[in-house]
Amino acid sequence: MKIHEYQSKLIFAEHGVPIPAGRVAASAKEVKSIAAELGGRVVVKSQVLVGGRGKAGGIRVAETPEEAEDLATKILGMKIKGLPVRKVLVDEAAAIQTEIYLGITNDRTNRCPVMIASGEGGVEIEEVARKDPEKIIRVRIDPLLGLRNYQARYLAQMIELPRKFWRDFIKITRGLYSSYVDTDASLAEINPLVITADQRLLALDGKMVVDENGLFAHPELEEMRDDDEVKPEERRARMYGLSYVKLEGNIGCMVNGAGLAMATMDVIKLFGGAPANFLDIGGGASAEKVASAIRIILSDPNVKAILFNVFGGITRCDEVARGILSAMKTIDSSVPIVVRLVGTNEVQGRKLLQDQEMTVATSLVDAAQKAVSLAEEGES
Amino acid sequence: MSILINKNTRVLVHGITGREGMFHASQMRQYGTNIVAGVTPGKGGEWVLHGKVPVFDTAKRAVETTGANCSVLFVPARFAEDAMLEAADAGIELIVCITEGVPVQSMMRVTRYLRQIGTRLVGPNCPGLLTPGECKVGIIPGHITKPGHVGVVSRSGTLTYEVLYALEQNGLGVSTCVGIGGDPVNGTSFTDVLALFEDDPQTESVVLIGEIGGKDEEFAAEYISDHMTKKVVGFIAGRTAPPGKRMGHAGAIVEGGTGLAKDKIKALEKAGVVVAANPEEIPDLIA
Repeated sequence: MKIHEYQSKLIFAEHGVPIPAGRVAASAKEVKSIAAELGGRVVVKSQVLVGGRGKAGGIRVAETPEEAEDLATKILGMKIKGLPVRKVLVDEAAAIQTEIYLGITNDRTNRCPVMIASGEGGVEIEEVARKDPEKIIRVRIDPLLGLRNYQARYLAQMIELPRKFWRDFIKITRGLYSSYVDTDASLAEINPLVITADQRLLALDGKMVVDENGLFAHPELEEMRDDDEVKPEERRARMYGLSYVKLEGNIGCMVNGAGLAMATMDVIKLFGGAPANFLDIGGGASAEKVASAIRIILSDPNVKAILFNVFGGITRCDEVARGILSAMKTIDSSVPIVVRLVGTNEVQGRKLLQDQEMTVATSLVDAAQKAVSLAEEGES
Repeated sequence: MSILINKNTRVLVHGITGREGMFHASQMRQYGTNIVAGVTPGKGGEWVLHGKVPVFDTAKRAVETTGANCSVLFVPARFAEDAMLEAADAGIELIVCITEGVPVQSMMRVTRYLRQIGTRLVGPNCPGLLTPGECKVGIIPGHITKPGHVGVVSRSGTLTYEVLYALEQNGLGVSTCVGIGGDPVNGTSFTDVLALFEDDPQTESVVLIGEIGGKDEEFAAEYISDHMTKKVVGFIAGRTAPPGKRMGHAGAIVEGGTGLAKDKIKALEKAGVVVAANPEEIPDLIA
């Protein structure tokens, strides 16, 4: 789960990382009064969960409170990459001398956190990684020992940070590390960390992604959830405990298990079709769960056929079939359905469904081929 | 022979009094698994599964009293880190974490600590292990497969059951099936399991079921090319998955160009693995 810049920076500040004076606002009027309070030049920054805000005109500098109000009126009405700007952050503008990158993320392969620094700050780190990979310095952190000062010093040396800043830089790395640990983050990033004209280190921008699975320990983060970037049907699926990803094709998929759901999509593609979604209904297959899954699939107007692929293990196929039957009673749709039930009690399960207006398939290949040809008919 | 678990494995069920824990403990016992103890803090002294299995407050006491050497976890995600560390400190040799939703940072700490003290972890977010006809530790349905000579290792759940079932329908049995789990940071990798299968005399060939995300399949390919003498058939789920989206499993995500199905398939094929285009081809390819 991504959180906004202003939220990330507040978390950093709580952990001793210096950030510019400033506050978040939802109206141009508030922006004016914050700018007046701060005095001098301010920067008005749109708070949306996508990159490229500056290029889109969502980050602007104002010389006066009136100008800040004026800019805020424009920015608050904007959409950036389709996302509405609901809030802006008003920060005092810093005089920048040097821009640095500092971040921490999960190193999946080595099963540990990795801290990354670069003297090339202020641009996308992926861009630096592509152009000048040697300018990206990494240190792996033992999760049981935590970040150590010598590791921070190594980063400082490798990015050629002048020695007079080392003490503050070490403090910032420790603050960033504890921000990451305390929130169960998968990414915490300061880009840029700047040296100001008056020779201070300051975190001008902040970005955090927190682990959804860690939210039980951090209810305050759950309150920061901004669903603007999540498609409405994906939001609805999450409410029902379903895992759903919308795709571009026309064959809706309902499958139990994530791996099998991916395999089902792949086999559809293999036989010339295109999956409309990934959907894992999880363990069991109660009528209620099946019904909500079908409704979510059908909310996509592109869907011309639906493929149910269910493996009955501990949940038996006849139970699943009953779930499908009672769900279908509550659904009014003419979209053709192909069902493949395999595993425990598969014969009984198929028997229960044979009188329905459904195509029953035995193998995954058979099911995919049938769904592909039904979807083609639906398109013509 | 088999790997990791057999009829002598003495299993402790962590979270045995919960709904899932109780149900699956009962299923495992019916399959023939030697369930010797349960652990639920606050419920020590009770007996479950028709009064046959004692419940303890702590793993340490359970191990001292019953000689359990394998622990399977059904505890809620928020208690999983503590339970894994507890099992390891109690002297358990093999921990199997079924629980889904354990934070990644928890797993970094746990895997680091367990490596230091030499405890093996399978999972989390996995279906566990099954040695057909002998022992089941986890939730893999026992009746869809039979004893045999194919080793199965997978990051998935139901997709693995599909393959077990398809093998069985084609007359092929399994030595051991290991579900290593769908999380980005887990205890046992493909390579770890491949090495065990390579050394296991009962296992004649191996099915490896991978999916998008991470580089575990690429490392497995390196291992296969350098060390494996046994035949390996692979399948990789997620060829059609879009980048940047998590496909159900926490670890099934293509990030920054890493974790693509086509790269994994290429690496495996280069290592001499036959990669099935669809899972139903696997029995023919392995036979």
